Amino acid sequence: MTVTDAPAALRPRLLGRTTVNVVVAVAVLYTLLPVLWLVLAASKDRDALFGSEVLSLSDFSFAQNLRDLFGMDGGIYGRWYANSLLYAVLGAAISALVSVGCGYAFDKYRFRHKEKLFGLLLAAVMVPQTVLALPLYLIASGTGLVNTFWSVFIPVLFNPFGVYLGRIFSQGYVPNEVLEAARMDGASELKTYVRVSLRMMGPGLVTIFLFQLTAIWNNFFLPMVMLSDQKLYPVSLGLYTWNSSATVSPEYYPVVIMGSLLAVLPLIVAFVLLQRFWRSGLTAGAVK
Amino acid sequence: MTTTAPPAPRTARLAPARAERVTNRRSERFACGVLMGPFFVLFVAVFLIPVATVVWLSFFSDDQPGLGFGPESSVFVGLRSYIAVLSDPTFLGGLGTVVLYCLIYIPLMVVGALALALLLDSGVVRLRAWAQLVLFLPHAVPGIIAAIIWLYLYTPGLSPVVELLGKADITVDFLGVHAVLPSMVNIALWSNLGYNMVIFYAALQAVPREVLEAAVIDGAGPVRTALRIKTPLVRPSIVMVAMFTLIWALQLFTEPMLLSQSTPMISSRFSPSMYIYDAAFTRNNYGLAAAASVILLLCTIALSYGVTRWSNRGGNREEANR
Repeated sequence: MTVTDAPAALRPRLLGRTTVNVVVAVAVLYTLLPVLWLVLAASKDRDALFGSEVLSLSDFSFAQNLRDLFGMDGGIYGRWYANSLLYAVLGAAISALVSVGCGYAFDKYRFRHKEKLFGLLLAAVMVPQTVLALPLYLIASGTGLVNTFWSVFIPVLFNPFGVYLGRIFSQGYVPNEVLEAARMDGASELKTYVRVSLRMMGPGLVTIFLFQLTAIWNNFFLPMVMLSDQKLYPVSLGLYTWNSSATVSPEYYPVVIMGSLLAVLPLIVAFVLLQRFWRSGLTAGAVK
Repeated sequence: MTTTAPPAPRTARLAPARAERVTNRRSERFACGVLMGPFFVLFVAVFLIPVATVVWLSFFSDDQPGLGFGPESSVFVGLRSYIAVLSDPTFLGGLGTVVLYCLIYIPLMVVGALALALLLDSGVVRLRAWAQLVLFLPHAVPGIIAAIIWLYLYTPGLSPVVELLGKADITVDFLGVHAVLPSMVNIALWSNLGYNMVIFYAALQAVPREVLEAAVIDGAGPVRTALRIKTPLVRPSIVMVAMFTLIWALQLFTEPMLLSQSTPMISSRFSPSMYIYDAAFTRNNYGLAAAASVILLLCTIALSYGVTRWSNRGGNREEANR
């Protein structure tokens, strides 16, 4: 054992450094190249795409592809995009507030069977989405909600992992002394929560919002089960149907590629802009 | 008083009048209800009731009354649906596929993400923050789009990868019978490697400096420090990542669903989740779909429990060694 490990300690630092950097560079390329291909492919017309001339910069038809995308099937892509934004942004915002409120209450208040309840809630994290899809569909069709906005919107508000994170953030960011001080001043509990605690938990709130934003933007199984009206589709489901058309009529390939590129943008923008917040949020989730 | 008092005993001590204390407690209870209420409404409506429904459905079957006249009625069939699912070779095949997928995917993911995090934590990587951000990037790419990108990169005629390999006289059919599972593992790996790396990296940052300094003084090299000191210290994160990866992997649906549009190698019952979808929405056999759902749920719970137990045992062994 010492024989195999000894050279590592004695190895010239330069060689070690180079190896480490090469390995990381390979991982970065593995990550980046498919995205780069998507960007390049989005600027190609159909012939260039199938001519595998993706790497050449001739036939630049980015604008044409963009026009095709928003013109395809009566401009339904714009509709899908707006749906996705609505489902994801509004859903994630409400979900984050609901989860953080509940996590905060779990941290700051004492009541009977608290830890048992929390355990039950954590167990919910384990239940696969695909298991819940059929009963949710039957419930939705029983209440007449199937194939409506609500059938996709309501289930994604439920985020037990967000409550777990909310509890951790509340422990970490809101000292009990602050609440005591507010109580001494005679502020009501809810007012204290909104004016003081929620602000202190800001970074945590953003993290949970981002997690849920990603989850809803990714959501595919539930819309597929619930929706039959194409006008209610989110982008993910729309691109899935277009891709299945592409196997028959290849004119769909360029629009699927361009549509995919545009669908990736909002999350990348959100993650880059809000970097500061989710990095600290991930730390809190990981260390516990 | 101490047992039922609200969380801050100091408040109680300072509050002069008993009446005030009662008011406080009442207002705290009210606040607690308002804060938890919305979540628990959702918990019941979109979690508890659906889980109960799926279990209930799995014991019933919609039987057409004689000659097909009159309304359909649900009749209790006991374990019939379970027996039907468990004796269905397509379901067992799907389960086997997912187990194989997990066996390839989870070790690659955990080892890969941890190795990258350790490398980034070693302090010799240039442009570390940028490397991390780029590696995290695929997390922002929705699963279905990751699948579309890779599907096109697997498709001959569209893919520069296939063409480059072709120039080197290598023909790989990424969607062929043997390659289709590794191809799917690759998509999942690409999507989640960076995300898990960030989790490991965050945990590594929390390793106390004194411990690392002690390791250096004891003469441990960088590799040895990484494997023998840092890795055991981030064990809770490893368990968490393994568990979440497992839960997600068992639900395998999006990738095979998309790839099935382009390759005959993926049947409509390729994985248990696809089996559920097929049973419920193509064959309209709710009892069968519900039984398959419950079986998938039980498998998930059993395996997650297994991971936790296994990690606890490992942890104890480590304690004993110390």
